Amino acid sequence: MATHILKQPFDPWQAIVNHQQNTSSQKQFGATASFIGTMRDFNDNAEVSAMTLEHYPAMTQHYLEKLIDEANTKWDLLDVLIIHRVGEIKPSEPIMLIACWSAHRRASLDACSWLIEELKHRAPFWKKETRADGEHWVEKNTDGL
Amino acid sequence: MSIQVKFFASLKERLNIDDHDIDSAATAGEVWDITTNNAERPDNVLVAINLEYAQFDSAVKAGDEVAFFPPVTGG
Repeated sequence: MATHILKQPFDPWQAIVNHQQNTSSQKQFGATASFIGTMRDFNDNAEVSAMTLEHYPAMTQHYLEKLIDEANTKWDLLDVLIIHRVGEIKPSEPIMLIACWSAHRRASLDACSWLIEELKHRAPFWKKETRADGEHWVEKNTDGL
Repeated sequence: MSIQVKFFASLKERLNIDDHDIDSAATAGEVWDITTNNAERPDNVLVAINLEYAQFDSAVKAGDEVAFFPPVTGG
């Protein structure tokens, strides 16, 4: 189980490969589910040229670990990896990776989906978008549809 | 021992306020009143005490860290 908050761009696919190579449960998992959130160049019909992600470092770390602990009580997971960017992000750069490993598919698929929603509602990150008319704080998350 | 108070994101900008310490307060709501000089509290402001979500009537004590912030928008 691991969480990372990164100030620099990262390659989520490579992060999954690296994590898998170092996990002790390599021969036990039969399923890997992953979600990658990537920055769009539009929001609310406006062009967005960059985004800055602020966070509350101590609480973020605490909540990501807490979410993983809660997921482990709900599903039979072999491993979980969460990576989240902070700082300045450009369109097409990954913002977040959640990957879950389990023996069978249902646990990792359901845990991954649950972790995305819980992270978005509980982890203290805030997005500020740079648009042509200046910087704007994102007031609430989209409903994901 | 004092109470550490933190503000984040749009709330910090709007209030134009820095993190600081206060000597004492009974509740998180009282911490807000003292640190913001009784500024009106937006309905959507969230509060955390020692890294856990709390209510504005939650008790605080010396040594606590109290944080105020707008709805979270990560992920």
